[in-house]
Amino acid sequence: MKFFYEVGRYFIFLRSLFINRESFKTYYHLVLEECLSIGVGSLFLVVLVSTFIGAVSTVQTAYNLVSPLIPRYVIAQVVREMTVLELAPTIMAIIYAGKVGSSMAGGLGTMRITEQIDAVEVMGINSISYLVLPKIIASVLMYPLLVVIAGFCSLFGGYLIGAATGIITPPEYIFGIRFVFNEFTITFALIKSVAFAFLISSISSFKGFYTQGGALEVGIATTGAVTNSVIAVLIADYLLAQLLLA
Amino acid sequence: MIKIKDISKSFDDKVVLESISGEFQKGKCNLIIGSSGTGKSVLLKCIVGLIAVDGGKVFYDMRNFSDADHDMKAEIRREIGMLFQGGALFDSKTVEKNVMFPLDILTKMKPDEKIDRVNFCLKRVGLENVGKKMPSEISGGMKKRVGIARAIVNNPAYLFCDEPNSGLDPQTSILIDELIQDITYELNTTTIVVTHDMNSVMGMGDNIMYLYKGHKLWEGSKDDVTHSGVRELDDFVFANKVMSALRDKL
Repeated sequence: MKFFYEVGRYFIFLRSLFINRESFKTYYHLVLEECLSIGVGSLFLVVLVSTFIGAVSTVQTAYNLVSPLIPRYVIAQVVREMTVLELAPTIMAIIYAGKVGSSMAGGLGTMRITEQIDAVEVMGINSISYLVLPKIIASVLMYPLLVVIAGFCSLFGGYLIGAATGIITPPEYIFGIRFVFNEFTITFALIKSVAFAFLISSISSFKGFYTQGGALEVGIATTGAVTNSVIAVLIADYLLAQLLLA
Repeated sequence: MIKIKDISKSFDDKVVLESISGEFQKGKCNLIIGSSGTGKSVLLKCIVGLIAVDGGKVFYDMRNFSDADHDMKAEIRREIGMLFQGGALFDSKTVEKNVMFPLDILTKMKPDEKIDRVNFCLKRVGLENVGKKMPSEISGGMKKRVGIARAIVNNPAYLFCDEPNSGLDPQTSILIDELIQDITYELNTTTIVVTHDMNSVMGMGDNIMYLYKGHKLWEGSKDDVTHSGVRELDDFVFANKVMSALRDKL
């Protein structure tokens, strides 16, 4: 029963984002600030993780392709498919939920328990729209860019480790990542990234916004935000794959 | 003037407020007093609409706030200034930006005009050189004063203060009380202060409402509060040893 109550409250929360908004000029600066915080703030982690994932994927794929009949450029092809379809959008989403989602929930939770949200509300401002909408817009704008960067870094990480260890030569790797390339996989990854960004930012904000109590509850809300976001991302990942690829 | 009529509020099965009525006069410091847990802050939040009431109505100068639509509520709220218990300053903004916040959102003032107004309000609360500091860099008393500056920056018709001197030393508490009182008379605001501090009661209580276990037990002024004849109020007023000693002397 509590589950349905929470889901209902989440949809009411989403509706509140778009009613009685402030002027667009108000949101413009807020969205830019959030873009900086979310995008630039996550860049280092995204680059680091994705480069290593690409490198590790190359090594492990090579390790599993033991038959001499399989050409080596297949390693790059497999790394490309894994990266574009799953590693860049989905694994990054889990990392994004841990970094950005927890920050959103923690920030809003702290604002709630220190009455900062009440201070916004008492001025006649729709606090949900004012505080949360810029986060969601910034997330939806920035996360696909991060996914593109993650995809590039992942493929580049594979290239570097392949060339450095001699698993695969650079020309073979370049040939492999271009071989039988289906452009729709990029579109699919971007569709997924937009959906994941919306889910992570909205769920994390929802958990933070309705925090009640003190510091302990902010911690609980933050953990709940990450857990629920990751579950939502995995369900959405399956549904989108079923809808768009099956 | 703010009028409340039969305000009731419960949380789950616990009745916090039961049929509270009263009037808060314009240009006066109206105090809501009572022990901890009697529903003072809940009543204040019901009046400003932060907590939805179960029953009863709130009128702001004859405008029915409880039944108002969103636009009307927003219009009334834009005439409200509120000082929160912990200051409720935005952590991510400087003191100057905190005070400017209502002007940024609610007015179409030019940047220069806004800066002038912010500087005037900070000067009014005795904080002229802290505009560029972050809230984490200033003391508790200064936070309260910044909170007051933010509350008055938009020339509010109604000023609400939730325990303005909690956590402050006695001298700073008196400064804050005097500031609220001066601003009330200066701007002719309808001011409601929630407190359990007897110094505040005796210093600024033009009109006092005493709450006890969710009920209004007494209403009067600071001149009458020491001889109300209400046992619960006497227990509250003379719980302080200084007040008790004063009573024994008299």
